[in-house]
Amino acid sequence: MAKTALVTGSARGIGRAICEQLVADGTAQNIVVCDVKKEWCEETVAALRAMGAQAEALEINVADGKSVEAGIAEAVRLFGSLDIVVNNAGITRDGLLVRMTEEDWDAVLNINLKGAFLVTREAAKIMMRARSGSIVNIASVVGLMGNAGQANYTASKGGLMSLTKTCARELGGRGIRVNAVAPGFIKSKMTDVLPDAVKQKMLDVIPMKKFGEVSDIAKAVSFLAGDKAEYITGQVLSVNGGMLMP
Amino acid sequence: MTLEEKVIALVADSLHQDASAIKTDSSFVNDLGADSLDQAELMMSIEDAFKSFMNGESIPEEEAQKFETVGSVIEFLKSKGVPENL
Repeated sequence: MAKTALVTGSARGIGRAICEQLVADGTAQNIVVCDVKKEWCEETVAALRAMGAQAEALEINVADGKSVEAGIAEAVRLFGSLDIVVNNAGITRDGLLVRMTEEDWDAVLNINLKGAFLVTREAAKIMMRARSGSIVNIASVVGLMGNAGQANYTASKGGLMSLTKTCARELGGRGIRVNAVAPGFIKSKMTDVLPDAVKQKMLDVIPMKKFGEVSDIAKAVSFLAGDKAEYITGQVLSVNGGMLMP
Repeated sequence: MTLEEKVIALVADSLHQDASAIKTDSSFVNDLGADSLDQAELMMSIEDAFKSFMNGESIPEEEAQKFETVGSVIEFLKSKGVPENL
């Protein structure tokens, strides 16, 4: 039976790559592409349709409970089921702790952590009834090791990994698996903006001496989302070229 | 269908039990073997089924915690204005 996947923040970057990988691997055939602006999703939707998938765009603000509730209901209405959810939406508002504003803290926590909670809560209601489902949260290596200048971001990603484990415990008995992928340094719009000196420093601590590609993350997500990982839950899969070995 | 029959049908469906084995004084935990997630699932289906009486709101957690028997759910729904005959 065709599987339906919803990926938040999938207009571009890692989210888009995840959508494409899910289709390429046959992990899902129906894809709900969501982002804060529906028109941002058009390119991803077109690319997925060109691959032969059924794809629809949805405007969801993951930090807003009402928006999430309506979005998940619409996803189910579109495709009749919801089998896979990837909580990928995330932002950064970097700054040293002593200079970080309350607004920057709230903005990051609301989208990265509260957003995943809201989406997971609504999706779990659907998946519990179906007695099956798979949720993958996109965490980060810095959620495991900390990173100067990212108190908000690292806290949100650390929280996301704890959320992953609790959800795995609560929902395991209903056939729902919940895992996380913790990317290392991945080439993306979020990391392109970093100064070269910072990038070189990162390379120095990566045993594989190269940055990851968005496809490296997408492949790990597709694996955890799909049936090949059917006995894996509550885990954090690090995809970081050896940068951290917890 | 009466309210009692409707609630029993929802309980039977949520807890995967035969409706004939469920009475109004059946305890969710002791008689029907429900765990906390089963009870959460039951609350969700009660909320769905009686949406129009709840003003679109969910059953408050402190109310839900008090539901020990099937009858306690029926009493709660009556207090929300759900008629005995649906």
